[in-house]
Parts: sequence; structure tokens; C-alpha cells
Amino acid sequence: MSTSELVKPLTEASQVSKTKPKRPLLSVHWQSFLLMLPTYIAIAIFVYGFISFTIWISLSNWRTLVRDMSLREPLLANYADLFAMPRWQADLRNTVVFTVFFMAMSFVLGLGLAILLDRKLFAGTVMRNIFLFPYALSFVVSGVAWRWIFNPEAGINVLFNILGINAALTALGVAPLQPGWATDPTVVLSLNHALAVIFPAVGKLQMQFGIPLAIVPVAIAAGWQLSGFVMAMYIGGMATISEEVREAARIDGATEWQVYRRVIIPMLAPVTISLTVLLLHTSLKIFDLVYTMTGTGPGFATDVPAIFVFEMMFKATRYNLASAAAIFMLIAVGCVIIPYLIGSFKESD
Amino acid sequence: MNRKLIVISVLLVASMLLAACAAPTAAPVATEAPSVATEAPAATGGGKLEVFSWWTSGGEAAALEALFNQFKVYNPTAEIINATIAGGGGSNARAVLQTRLGGGDPPDTWQVHPGYELMGQYVASGYVDPITDLYKSEGWDKVMPQGLVDQMTKDGEIYGVLAGVHRGNGLFYNKAVLDGLGITVGETMSVDQFVEIADKVKASGVDPLCVGDNGVWASAQLFENTLLGVIGPEKYKGLWDGSVSFDSAEVKQAMETYGKMLDYQNADHSALSWDQAVQKLMEGKCVFTSMGDWAYGEFVKAGKKDNVDFGWVSHPGTAGSFMIVADGFVMAKNAPDYDNNILWLKAVGSKEGQEAFNPLKGSIPARTDVDRAKFGPYHNWSMDSFAKDALVPSVVHGSAAPADFQQALNDATTTFIVDKNVDAYAAALVAAAKASGFAK
Repeated sequence: MSTSELVKPLTEASQVSKTKPKRPLLSVHWQSFLLMLPTYIAIAIFVYGFISFTIWISLSNWRTLVRDMSLREPLLANYADLFAMPRWQADLRNTVVFTVFFMAMSFVLGLGLAILLDRKLFAGTVMRNIFLFPYALSFVVSGVAWRWIFNPEAGINVLFNILGINAALTALGVAPLQPGWATDPTVVLSLNHALAVIFPAVGKLQMQFGIPLAIVPVAIAAGWQLSGFVMAMYIGGMATISEEVREAARIDGATEWQVYRRVIIPMLAPVTISLTVLLLHTSLKIFDLVYTMTGTGPGFATDVPAIFVFEMMFKATRYNLASAAAIFMLIAVGCVIIPYLIGSFKESD
Repeated sequence: MNRKLIVISVLLVASMLLAACAAPTAAPVATEAPSVATEAPAATGGGKLEVFSWWTSGGEAAALEALFNQFKVYNPTAEIINATIAGGGGSNARAVLQTRLGGGDPPDTWQVHPGYELMGQYVASGYVDPITDLYKSEGWDKVMPQGLVDQMTKDGEIYGVLAGVHRGNGLFYNKAVLDGLGITVGETMSVDQFVEIADKVKASGVDPLCVGDNGVWASAQLFENTLLGVIGPEKYKGLWDGSVSFDSAEVKQAMETYGKMLDYQNADHSALSWDQAVQKLMEGKCVFTSMGDWAYGEFVKAGKKDNVDFGWVSHPGTAGSFMIVADGFVMAKNAPDYDNNILWLKAVGSKEGQEAFNPLKGSIPARTDVDRAKFGPYHNWSMDSFAKDALVPSVVHGSAAPADFQQALNDATTTFIVDKNVDAYAAALVAAAKASGFAK
């Protein structure tokens, strides 16, 4: 009923318009705006509205189940508390170390596998799928699996024994290879003393700024999971490079290694940039893999900002502190994404 | 001019559409409320009941089932929704519960620890209703220990009923391994005696202490028990009203002692959960574990015999104290199934319910009038302790201090396990107690 009523005036209008030059009811600009309006409103509320809400909470006194939206004096006190916490300092350190190891492993493995497949050594299609499979798993699943692999009593340490590596080491008079993996609280290459020379305040910090050994297995697990994705992206990129380019390089006397080193990899730069952004923001936001694999780890050796936010929000009910940490994470991810978006907008214009 | 009008009218229609879209989210609340009200009178038979808890392990689930059976005596036809969330100590469950409460979708009743967790989190924020009348009508005011009821009372109103009471300061040990080394454990154990025995055990190549702290709280509990043992129950209670400071000499001494005990723990503690640590103890790979008596349930489940395969003593220095880790249930404000929940709470507080629930759970009944012959040697020992010892609240299990302090203690303990810095540990706890509002 209502449709016919709606249609009638429109058809009448179109009949009338036969005499006049045909003009749309609304300009194209308005039409697209109206079509997008519900989305704009939803995004305004559910993304930017809630971000603003979180920013407000991060400045408030809300630290019990009873909501308290009054602003805290001084305004940035929650952020000051946050950065004074040894646990948060450890989280920042872990994020940096994790990002470096995880990205290095993903890129080296992913690019290596892509080149191997590009050489068409054997069973390319099968191998490509096998390498891509880990990416199809959920982080929770691989987190649990890797927890057992790196369990110091049940995992690969048993493999060392079976393979006779430890027997050989003992025979040589060397201590057997029994790493504690994710249970090892050791922090190596601590920079505290070096930094204290420049910034005396660092000397008083409780956290050791170095490489926590326990984060390495986590980075290996994450690298294992995403290297297949990196490989797939690179294979896609390599497919767009025409055979003529390679031949031209070979005619110019380039060895196979030089073809990759000087021609293919530089031509894959756009893929590398996209991957860097994708991996970097995955690394900054990582939660599920770490939470299921090691949790906060010994001495917060594997704690990450997302776990911190979760525990402070839902266990400690410190909504203001958790929001401050969440806003910091947002800014960190923004620092990665926004320049990339600006760059791609410029390109498309 | 005409086109402007059209644009405005389209905008108006769009805004009305949006309003219509937004309405349904609010509307069901309004329409649901009366339907609940009409259902409620019929609830004496049939209806629903949603019980929220984190009792998922074998012994715990069986114990919960025993309470459900008691409820079914009162209402055989009700549909019970068993909303359990896995995760030791309720860490995951509490996160879900918070979201449900905040979103206005409470379960009828949920598992709660008395003290701060109940009063500070749920009563102060108005999520639970008092059940004081039940204490009179069911006669609970005569059989429930006043000290426990006080932990659930505000302005003369009582807000929960306890199903059972765990003793948090237990030290369970593998008797076979100690017998093999010619070591016997007496009625009580001092810190010095523990160190002496632990050194002997360590010399034989076995880890003296089993810890499974992948959830951190097991370590925080080891500290809590050690703290109680070193400073005694009076000063321990003083920590929670601000009369004793966390950087006092006695507390720091307790931290030193705790640091010493850490030298005896298994190297893979951070990869294990508390029950995996108990498992390790049963296998003889380590000897002692400082754990609440929910560990007793694990021994029973594995078919181990009291005083043959395993033994127990109070955590070093804590004889004469009873660390309370009690489990209770509440009445949610605007509970969807009020009448059934009243029956459920009656079942939880009933003599029959408590006698069926507690032997399976490892705790002792909150009621003092139960038939002791129905309980084994461990429970009778724990009941004796409960009757005559100083009752102290556990911070690790939410009774002694607010959730933010609980988390701060977990965090400071995580750091202390690695760096053993007593001054930093004390300073962190002093600051947390101040921020949390119970210390000066």
C-alpha cells in the first residue's frame, strides 16, 4: 500500500518532468550522503562516541564497580599512575621486544618461503597451502598448542633427550640443554645501567629494560602463525612482476641471487609496507595468543598491554587506569595506521 | 526552495526511522518486566532458576549438583540453568558477571565470597537484595557463626547465605616421600621446622615445594599464608583496617621468609596451574603444597588415602588460625526468578544441602549443627580448627580487601618472585592499600 502511494507521486513527477529538462529528485551528492547516513551515525556512536567515552573514563575517578565519572585531579593523574607502574613499564618493554622478534621472524620466514615457492622447487601448490594453514588457525588454538610445545617438562625439551643431544652434551662434560622457555624469568642485555648514566631516574626503576627470554617462544609462535600470511602476500606481489623484468636482469648479467636482491625485493616494497603496517598493529594489539600461551609470564616477562587492560578492567575494576592504557594503545596503533592511510589517500588522489 | 523541503522531509523521515530502530533495544525491557511478574506466582512449581558460578572441575561440579538436587526437593519441575564459567579462582567468571550486571541482565544468583567482594562490589553498587528474613524463617540466625554473618551484614541487613567454608592455610604433603626420607611431620609446623625439612628434601634431589601459579594467585596465597604465619592473626587483621602498615618490620620479615620459601619451589611453577601442582605432589616430584582445602578434593578424586598417601598440617606458623575462603550465594536485585531463587537459597542454607555439598567440595559446612559422623578425618580436623581458632579473612580470595588491592598484590607478588626486592614489594603494597582506601 505504502509503496504504491510512494510510487504514484514519483511517476506523476516524472511525467511532469517530461516537459522540463530531467533533474533528479536529489543531487547525487545528497543521495549518497543519505544512503551512508545510518552508517555514519552508527560509526559516530559506536566508534568515536565510545572512544570519547573511554577518554573521559581515563581521566575520571572510576575505580570500583560503582560508576564515578567525576574528573580526577590533576587531570592526567591516571596516565601518571600508569607509567609509574613497573608492570606497565614491563609491558612496553615486552611490546618492543616482541614486535622486533615477531616481525623479523615473519618477514624472514615469509619471504624465504615465497622465494622457495617462486623457484618452483617441488609440489608448489601443496606446499603453499601447508605454509598458509597456520594462518587459518585461531590464535587461541595455536596458543594452547605452543604452550605444550614449550612446556619445559613435556615439550621440545623431551625431544632434546630423545634425539640424544643431551646425552652427547653430558658426555662432553657440558650441562644438558634444558631451557625453561616461557618459565624463564631472566632478562638479558639489560640497559638499565647504561641508561642510568644519561637518565639517573632509570637507575631507580624496578624493571630491567632488556630482552626477557620468556617472550622469545611467544614471538616464535606468533611468527609461525603469520609467516604463511607474509608468504602469501609476497607470492601475490611476485606474480605481478613480469617475467621480462627478470629476463632483462639476467641478460644484464645478474645472478639469481642478485635478481631477487636488486630487482624483485625492491619491486615488492609496496607489499612490504602494507605488511609492516598489518604486522605492527597485530603485534601492538596482541592478546589471545599470549593470554592462552603464557599469560602474564614470570615477573611479567610475557605481559602485553592488552592483557593489562583486560585484568585492570575486569579483575581489578580499575576502569580509569584500564581506559588510560587502552587509550595509549589506540594512540600507538594510530601512529602506525594514520601515516599509512594518509599515504594511500595521497596515492589514490 | 521545493528541493530543500524534500531534503528536510527526507531527513525527518530518516530520523524517525532511526528512532524506530533505536526503540526496540529499549522496548523489550519494558515489555519483559510485566511478563516476568505474571510468571513469578507460578514459580512454586516449574519456572526457571539461573545459578552462576565457577565450579567446573570434577569435585566442584559434583558438589554443585548436590545442591541442585536439594533444590529439586523443593521444586522438582524447575529448569535449572547452570551458568558456570571455567577458570580457577573465578577470574574469568567475575569478568562475565560484571558485564552482565552492568548490562542489566543479572543471573538469579551467583557465587560470592563474603567480606569485601560481596559488600564492596555487589552490595555497595546495589546489585543484590538482602535476605535477612530467610535467616529468621529458616533459623539460620541460630546455626550460622556470627563472625561469618557479620561479613555479609550492612545496616542490620544480611546479603548472602554460605554453602561452605574452606580453610585457606593448609600445607598438604606427600607422606610416602617423607616416610622414605625418614621425616615425620608433627601436629604443627614452624617456619624453622619447614626450612629444616625442606633442606633435607632438597638434598635428596626432590623439589620441596609445589607451586602452580600460572594464574599468579597461588603464589599470592603462599605469601598470604606465610604473612599470617609470621605476623600472627591479630596483626594480620590489622592490615585490613589500616592499623598495621605493609612496610612495618614484621611484614618485611614475612616477605623475607616468603622469599626464602621461593627457593624451594619447582622451576616450572609459572607453567602449571594449582591443580597440576597438586598432581605433581601426588606423583612424588615435589613434597609440600600450600593450598586451601579445595586441594583435598583433588586427593580424594585421585583415590589417595588420608594420612597414608598424603598428610596435612597448618601452613608453617599458622596453627591456631583459620584462613576463611567461604562460598555463598546471593539474591540478585530484580532477580528474574525470585520465588525459585528463594527456594535455592533455602537449599544452600539447609542442613541436608550442606551435608551433601561439603564432603564433595572439601570445605566444611557453614552451619554448626551438622552431623560430624558424615565427614572424614580431614573435615573433622578442619571443623575443630574452625570452632576454636582465630578466623581471618583471605585477601587473595576477595574477602579482606577490594579487588584493586587484590590485583595489586598479585602484580607485586609476580614482580617479587623474580627480583626478591623486599623494599619495593612493601612500598607497592603500601601505595596500593592507600589508593584502595583502607589504609592511611
